[in-house]
Amino acid sequence: MIQADLTVILPEIVLAVYAMAALIGAVYTRKDALGPLLVWTTAGLMAALAMWIAAQPNATQVAFNGMFINDGFARFAKVAVLLSAAVILVMSQDYMSRRGLLRFEYPLLIALAAVGMMMMVSAGDLMSLYMGLELQSLSLYVVAALRRDSAKSTEAGLKYFVLGALSSGLLLYGASLVYGFAGTTLFTGIIQTATHGEMSLGMLFGLIFLISGLAFKVSAVPFHMWTPDVYEGSPTPITAFFATAPKVAAMALFARVMHDAFGGAVSDWQQVIILISVLSMFLGAIAAIGQRNIKRLMAFSSIAHMGYGLIGLAAGTEMGIKAMLMYLAIYVTMNVGTFAFILMMERDGQPVTDIDALRQYSRREPAKALAVLILMFSLAGVPPMLGFFAKFGVWQAGISADLFGLVIASAIASVIGAFYYLRIVFYMYFGAENEDQLDTNSSPVLWGALMASAALMIVGVFYQFGVEGAAAAAAATLVN
Amino acid sequence: MDNILSIVLVIPAIAALILLIFLRGEDAAAQRNAKMVALFATTITFLVSIGIYTGFDPENTGFQMVEEHAWLMGLKYKVGVDGISVLFVLLTTFIMPLTILASWAVTDRVKEYMIAFLLLETLMLGVFMALDLVLFYLFFEAGLIPMFLIIGIWGGKERIYASFKFFLYTFLGSVLMLVAMVAMYADAQTTDIVTLMGHQFSSESFSVLGIYIVGGMQTLMFLAFFASFAVKMPMWPVHTWLPDAHVQAPTAGSVVLAAILLKMGGYGFLRFSLPMFPVGSEVMTPLVLWMSAIAVVYTSLVALVQEDMKKLIAYSSVAHMGFVTMGIFAANQQGVDGAIFQMLSHGFISAALFLCVGVIYDRMHTRDIEAYGGLVNRMPAYALVFMLFTMANVGLPGTSGFIGEFLTLMGAFQVNTWVTAVAATGVIFSAAYALWLYRRVVFGDLIKESLKSIRDMNSRERLIFAPLIAMTLLLGVYPSLVTDVIGPSTTALISNYDTALAAAEAANQFAAN
Repeated sequence: MIQADLTVILPEIVLAVYAMAALIGAVYTRKDALGPLLVWTTAGLMAALAMWIAAQPNATQVAFNGMFINDGFARFAKVAVLLSAAVILVMSQDYMSRRGLLRFEYPLLIALAAVGMMMMVSAGDLMSLYMGLELQSLSLYVVAALRRDSAKSTEAGLKYFVLGALSSGLLLYGASLVYGFAGTTLFTGIIQTATHGEMSLGMLFGLIFLISGLAFKVSAVPFHMWTPDVYEGSPTPITAFFATAPKVAAMALFARVMHDAFGGAVSDWQQVIILISVLSMFLGAIAAIGQRNIKRLMAFSSIAHMGYGLIGLAAGTEMGIKAMLMYLAIYVTMNVGTFAFILMMERDGQPVTDIDALRQYSRREPAKALAVLILMFSLAGVPPMLGFFAKFGVWQAGISADLFGLVIASAIASVIGAFYYLRIVFYMYFGAENEDQLDTNSSPVLWGALMASAALMIVGVFYQFGVEGAAAAAAATLVN
Repeated sequence: MDNILSIVLVIPAIAALILLIFLRGEDAAAQRNAKMVALFATTITFLVSIGIYTGFDPENTGFQMVEEHAWLMGLKYKVGVDGISVLFVLLTTFIMPLTILASWAVTDRVKEYMIAFLLLETLMLGVFMALDLVLFYLFFEAGLIPMFLIIGIWGGKERIYASFKFFLYTFLGSVLMLVAMVAMYADAQTTDIVTLMGHQFSSESFSVLGIYIVGGMQTLMFLAFFASFAVKMPMWPVHTWLPDAHVQAPTAGSVVLAAILLKMGGYGFLRFSLPMFPVGSEVMTPLVLWMSAIAVVYTSLVALVQEDMKKLIAYSSVAHMGFVTMGIFAANQQGVDGAIFQMLSHGFISAALFLCVGVIYDRMHTRDIEAYGGLVNRMPAYALVFMLFTMANVGLPGTSGFIGEFLTLMGAFQVNTWVTAVAATGVIFSAAYALWLYRRVVFGDLIKESLKSIRDMNSRERLIFAPLIAMTLLLGVYPSLVTDVIGPSTTALISNYDTALAAAEAANQFAAN
């Protein structure tokens, strides 16, 4: 029995054992000199695990009496998490080592965070949910403060930790209420008690607290306050990581809890999701207008994008989950490219985050400027870029669930949001010349990531590499 | 050739790709190559597109030369033309080589400039060819990107404000249309335009937030599409982006904007609003007719007081588009025929007028009417060309401008006499502003020192104007060249519209009983 359980969670075990073994090994040997090597082995291992998971047969496996579920939905999210984490790791190597930040803990903390995320998306029980969530969060608190001599980075880590602890508290409180009224922590047990119209008030409270805790993790308004500061303060590769893998994992977990545990009471949580979705879209669109710092700007952009993703969840249907997964996959691809570009923004070797520095960038770097232009229009959701199809998908799901108001509101928010993406294009193409120009050299890895991501925005319109089919299958296993 | 539409569609895009990948450098030779490639590609596109015209059978009111391929997310790549769209395709391919020729003097970032125009051509052609809702939206919306860059990079002093205003204004209209499209998909389970034309959307009245909506779903969808097309047309009162965009855009940008992009709104009304939401259209007709009449009179008056030549012509465009919406929503044979005719004729005339401004702007680098006067003394050929198109703009019989205005007024008169009476005064106003502009710029003594050495049009400029003059006069004296092609399709459109209205009325009465 236990052996069967262990085979189900073998990928997680492999990654966790690797991380701990490497940690011990590095401590007793050459420490930070191993950093670059560990980056590549960790990224390679994560990519290999992603391949392995993607190749697993399409069946639902349950381990540990339902606490761990390995189904199509979990596999989709895991592949997205592992691949994006691997790419970000590789992208960060050059940046981190030139600034002396490439300690050997860095890749291993990312690996442990990835283990946490894999646990999260596979959780079938409130306990395993919390376990995964905390493993992820604790690793992330530390990497946010990786730059120990920088006040901003330390502040970011501390702020993230304090607010994260608060949200974990909310989540735990909600979980305990749910347990108290359902008598079990298993999702399969909760769903039998949590049916629409028969849900007790305590259960409803528990549900709301759970949603609050989860909304914090996806940085949805009104639980978004940490996002801009943490994005700005953390070293840029860490910011890139925050914007990708943890967002996928948290959204997947959100969908998992809502459907697996509360799937019988869609109308009870739908209105809450609608509200946070609308608020996120509008806050993300409006607050980013005044931002000059591109990292803060991307923080608000990610808040808005989570709002769009939540439309798919709010629909409460299989179509909605499929649209949400597609949205996440496309969002991650766009963000990898955008952050590859932000990592390249340097002047005399020092990172620059002011968007003013981009003035007339297209004259010096036409290829990179064109790639960023494509990414910006894609982020704004302008066809024919892939970002448009992401929005189209969630709107389709929203309309078929009769959420007209939500869809119209998001359409208006997307126009407001288009403004700041256009402004980046405006600086690069029509801005007045300025004195201080950005360095033109760049590492081939970053260049490749930027170009590949921009190319995918166009190619994806014609061919999506089977992602759409996988998302459909994943959604089908979650919602039934 | 079965796939001639796709061939026409991709030639400019391929040329753009070739420029993007293979052209290097910013020296004179590279610039010349970029221009030659663009000119060559657009000319080839035009020549191939003549095949669409010759292969088109006007008597067949359905879609012709249809191509269909599966695409992602259950969407389709489906293109085809009918009597309504075929001439717009030709107008686009006809105008584009002229705009490339008109850009011969551009020296800044020529490669990117030509790529933007070539991509724009593909996207504009796609709008007129698309037979899938989402494909249409894709082309419709993607056209904003090159135009945004054209205004923003190669525009005048206030180009940044103008480009943002242009983009956000039209984007807002379009996303509302997209929401309606998604709702249509949800209702009809298809994005195929041909199938949707036969689909009956619910027209049962209901209340939303305490507002009673006559025509129900159809009215709401009509309004969502209207938000997009009215901005694109542009109709009063959402026309304010156009003067800014026109004034700041480079000459070729203005030409494309006036000659082709504005026609997308009118085309959209004919392709979507009337056939798919007949009840919604019917409900909103009085409003649209009055908006058109106000547009004609108001913008003509505004044009009278303009001091910038391009702005004046931009306002005159809005006034002429007022005739188009009036004709479309008259929903009878003369009205719709006249609207299409007016759009095509305006495509030639407004393009020529903006090119006329471009000719003297290239020499003097100002568009202030004040700065000119007495040009006839040194530029006789220019004075002749400018006069011809001024007259055509006024709607002088014998030019294409007359036919369009006359038909739309005739169509509208049968539906609403008052609107027509008001709009007809616009004809007089248009004579006033156009002739006054002409007098101030061309006639009088040449007293301005700066104009003493101005040169007349060179052979390149004459070459640009020749086809436009030919088309304006040809359509003016032989309008059946157009009406024979569009006639059967508009007849079918109107009879379908009337049948659908009657059916919806019967159904609603049945429900009420």
